[in-house]
Amino acid sequence: MSTLFDKVWDAHIVRRIEDGPDVLFIDRHFIHEVTSPVAFLGLENRGMKVMYPERTFATADHNTPTINQHLPVKDPLSANQLETLERNTAKYGISYWGLGNPKNGIVHVIGPENGITQPGMTIVCGDSHTSTHGAFGAIAFGIGTSEVEMVLASQCIMQPKPKKMRITVSGKLSRGVVPKDVILYIISQTTASGATGYFVEYAGEVFEDMSMEGRMTVCNMSIEMGARGGIIAPDETTFSYMKGRDKAPKGKDWDEALVYWKTLKTDPGAVFDKEYHFNASDIEPMITYGTNPGMGVGISHHVPLAGTVDSNKTTYDKALHYMGFEEGQSMIGKKVDYVFIGSCTNGRIEDFRAFASIVKGRKKADHVTAWIVPGSHIVEQQIKAEGILDILTEAGFTLRQPGCSACLAMNDDKIPAGKYAVSTSNRNFEGRQGPGARTMLASPLVAAAAAITGVVTDPRTLLNNN
Amino acid sequence: MAYDKFTVLRSTAVPMPIENVDTDQIIPARFLKATERKGFGDNLFRDWRYHPDNSPKADFVLNNPTYSGKILVGGKNFGSGSSREHAAWAIYDYGFRCVISSFFADIFKNNSMNIGLLPVTVSEAFLDKIFRAIEADPKAEFEVSLPDQTVTILASGEKESFAITGYKKHNLMNGYDDIDFLHSMETEIRDFAQKHSL
Ligand code: SF4
Repeated sequence: MSTLFDKVWDAHIVRRIEDGPDVLFIDRHFIHEVTSPVAFLGLENRGMKVMYPERTFATADHNTPTINQHLPVKDPLSANQLETLERNTAKYGISYWGLGNPKNGIVHVIGPENGITQPGMTIVCGDSHTSTHGAFGAIAFGIGTSEVEMVLASQCIMQPKPKKMRITVSGKLSRGVVPKDVILYIISQTTASGATGYFVEYAGEVFEDMSMEGRMTVCNMSIEMGARGGIIAPDETTFSYMKGRDKAPKGKDWDEALVYWKTLKTDPGAVFDKEYHFNASDIEPMITYGTNPGMGVGISHHVPLAGTVDSNKTTYDKALHYMGFEEGQSMIGKKVDYVFIGSCTNGRIEDFRAFASIVKGRKKADHVTAWIVPGSHIVEQQIKAEGILDILTEAGFTLRQPGCSACLAMNDDKIPAGKYAVSTSNRNFEGRQGPGARTMLASPLVAAAAAITGVVTDPRTLLNNN
Repeated sequence: MAYDKFTVLRSTAVPMPIENVDTDQIIPARFLKATERKGFGDNLFRDWRYHPDNSPKADFVLNNPTYSGKILVGGKNFGSGSSREHAAWAIYDYGFRCVISSFFADIFKNNSMNIGLLPVTVSEAFLDKIFRAIEADPKAEFEVSLPDQTVTILASGEKESFAITGYKKHNLMNGYDDIDFLHSMETEIRDFAQKHSL
């Protein structure tokens, strides 16, 4: 009797070191311009080669502009990182979907949409939101640059096996409650460090009913409660999403893969180190009020009183002071200056459909600056093909080009100091979206409602009846 | 990259009793544009340390000459957030060799050990004692012994032991890294890869 996580992990152990980590074989490795240059430099200094270049996939996303991508990148440091990646990938024979490539986009969006991400695999990337790929029943997690170098050099990393946690959410979500709300709710219950040391399996009706896009949103934010990663057992939803994707197995290989993939589930009676159970009916649209993703509440709630949260007084006061909020204030009605929809959390087609469902036939609030950033060129094309762009344009929004953008604000997409942003990304840390920026994390529906009304608004009051 | 071997460290410590110190605070994203590993210490805790006009914030602990040393002591859930190894590099480059907290985020902990920065996890109660010892005397010294796996408050002699795997301990004490080890396993890895075709 083993868990899904055990099955995939154990199948990838090359060697177990006594009183040490496991040497884990890595099936797929994604790299980008920010966390790879020093790893390549290290490799070069050691005079080593990339062991399996065909297992590494490179993209440019963290540090790229989201307008005028056809022009040379202006910031010389950013341009240098992009050139370095291009040079390194060419030198070692690694596939690179750089700026302008029709497959370019955020690493955790393009992996799945091109079928590179598959059930039962081990997947790593020098980015903590690699946990996204767990939505397919893969073990996927973020690594540091030394580990990027290890994977390049040996296709392995050395990791102690994490403990196992299962989070079950039963029942049906109510109208206006979407996957982002589910994960923000979970993190608000477990706290930002509640799953540190664990790998989380999400189970129950809510996840069974969820689309692949939704599952990716959930697994993406596993790291925000400290977990190494999140995983969901693959099922028919997974298989039909995968079928026919560019790098997915075809023909006989597909049939064989499917037989294996169908074994990837937790056996009845398998034991987890920790379990949580939640009810879908307790979840409403969520929003964060503080400076870590665990500081979230139902949108109709108030900023909690200091004594009611798991945080010492100094830390809590510091967070509220940074946000310019006070204990007991209502979240509804708070002024919003910026709205950001995008990132590897909510930058997929379903997210733009949700956003459009609310802004359709309405107008953007004049004082709100909105950045609408698709996760990839493929998503961008879908937005156009499905007529979503027309809805956005009609409502006064413009569409930008793919990239991480204001999720980490390495490029020019920075929220100015002191301004309030409702953001569909994954982190509300101090300064994450620009020095002094104040972030409220929420779903695409909450973002749309804020963009239309200019204040924090319950999206359920704006749902169109279709 | 080679790093200094870690055996026994005796030093004063810099207190930062804030919880959930995330890697975006340790080193903000806009300083991640380098392609080499140098100079990250200058931007350690950039936005806590400097005003937007680059003048130092007098009330931030790194700007307070009362506190110094090679040990950084942080509140629980230290190093949460992004996987950027730059956070560990910045702390190391600034001159710290050890971070003590009651709880570390996983990736930060791994990254630190990979570059020779020792993360030491102690109990909440002991962490509190360390903070109080620094408060009582900013020049109070501490001893972190990797061979014995202990942290000692030298003024009072109170000590607590910490956990680390034998493998990592050996690496840190000798300045080895995982790549040396993995390289020695090349044939074994190639055999394994055969069974895991693309
Ligand atoms: S969108 Fe944000 S979280 Fe996702 S990969 Fe980019 S920077 Fe990381």
